[in-house]
Amino acid sequence: MAGKIVVTGLGATTPLGGDVESTWKALLAGESGISTLEQDWVAQYELPVTFAGQAKVKASEVLTPQECKRLDPSSQFALIAARQAWQDAGAPEVAPERLAVEYATGIGGVWTLLDAFDTLKEKGPRRVLPMTVPMLMPNGPAAAIGMDIAARGGVRTAVSACASGTEAIANAIDRLRSGEVDIVVAGGCEAAIHPMPIAAFAAMHATSRKNDNPAAASRPYDVDRDGFVMGEGAGALVIETEEHALARGAKIYAELAGGDVTSDAYHITAPDPEGSGAARAVLGALAEAGVKPSEVNHINAHATSTPVGDIAEYNSLVKVFGDDLGKIAVSATKAATGHLLGGAGAIEAIFTLLAVYDRVAPPTINLDNQDPAIPLDVVTTARPLGDQPLVAISNSFGFGGHNAVVVFKTYSK
Amino acid sequence: MAFSQAEVLAGLADIVNDETGIATESVQLEKSFTDDLDIDSISMMTIVVNAEDKFGVKIPDEEVKNLITVGDAVNFIVSAQA
Repeated sequence: MAGKIVVTGLGATTPLGGDVESTWKALLAGESGISTLEQDWVAQYELPVTFAGQAKVKASEVLTPQECKRLDPSSQFALIAARQAWQDAGAPEVAPERLAVEYATGIGGVWTLLDAFDTLKEKGPRRVLPMTVPMLMPNGPAAAIGMDIAARGGVRTAVSACASGTEAIANAIDRLRSGEVDIVVAGGCEAAIHPMPIAAFAAMHATSRKNDNPAAASRPYDVDRDGFVMGEGAGALVIETEEHALARGAKIYAELAGGDVTSDAYHITAPDPEGSGAARAVLGALAEAGVKPSEVNHINAHATSTPVGDIAEYNSLVKVFGDDLGKIAVSATKAATGHLLGGAGAIEAIFTLLAVYDRVAPPTINLDNQDPAIPLDVVTTARPLGDQPLVAISNSFGFGGHNAVVVFKTYSK
Repeated sequence: MAFSQAEVLAGLADIVNDETGIATESVQLEKSFTDDLDIDSISMMTIVVNAEDKFGVKIPDEEVKNLITVGDAVNFIVSAQA
């Protein structure tokens, strides 16, 4: 087995900020990125949900008009996050054949797909743009990043609903450990704040209806939680072998010590109430990291703010950590960002890594009355994590029974 | 209402600029879409469809391959208006 895997670059565009620094600062300050949607189509379609976590900085303020024209909004966010991460890593010199991309989306180019169908209905097939297919395909974001940084070591897309972003990062570990490549740009994105997905998620009663108080709508672990809040944006991490990072004198944020992916084979949308598959993913990731459950200091939970999901995840954590669970600082950052679906695992991996790097667990906002069925030690204001070497995990679960977990450790040579 | 050659060239330059970012002043009659302006086939089809909208003409798919230069396209559009 090769040496350690480390993270050397971060990028993000989220409902809290247009980059990692502003997002992390807003998260630690307890801000909410959720707001009422002002678009005409909200009233036009009488949508039952009228709010979401929209990207704080519009992609059109960052990219050229031609880039925006040729990329679905999901790819636009992905490219913004990946470019930030690449620059943050010092734009490493690496042979293109030794550079790979593992970049996820939950849904893909849904704006492009539905806009093209509108055009077909209104104006006929000749007006459907020739770029429609490359823009709507779910591997579009990964391909856009791969072309931008000249990655020729393989460009792949994990698609596992809301576990996608974390699965992509776990896949990056495998690519690096195999010795096939030296650097992987990994993460995930989503841009699905469109009336159709809003209507569809509302139809399955997965999303919150707290239309009169958007900033308080995403409230993981609170007794009044009533569903998740859609968010949009992207996160990206530059992940490389320790050997490669040290040889080029890179800044190292943390060790990406392990990851695991499991599946429930239980129900297409409902989580296994026992949390067995999720527990196996946590245990598998910790085993790869060489860490005992009792050594974990911090968990960035999946915690979407749905009534059943939050409890199922708690049950899985009890299985893994037992009595040690009370000593672990748990953060549910979707309270502030909303749920970025395929991008969620990416930005939450960044939060988990920064908790290790900055030694502080971010707050879980909106926790006014903690559900007595979920007696976790939930962090409600930014909490210092101490001076010792830290271990933290990020959980993501997705429709389809997907479970993905990654582990970060304080880096030491 | 017919567009003059100069108006078609200016309008086409705007469409090319919008699609590709190429400066409008670079879109000149003798320039080849592929060799000089580096426009790929997907962009070319988008430009054709947008030109049809803008100038109210029909540019058949089999005609597009004959539009080598900007001048070819301008001349085709001017005569197609008639």
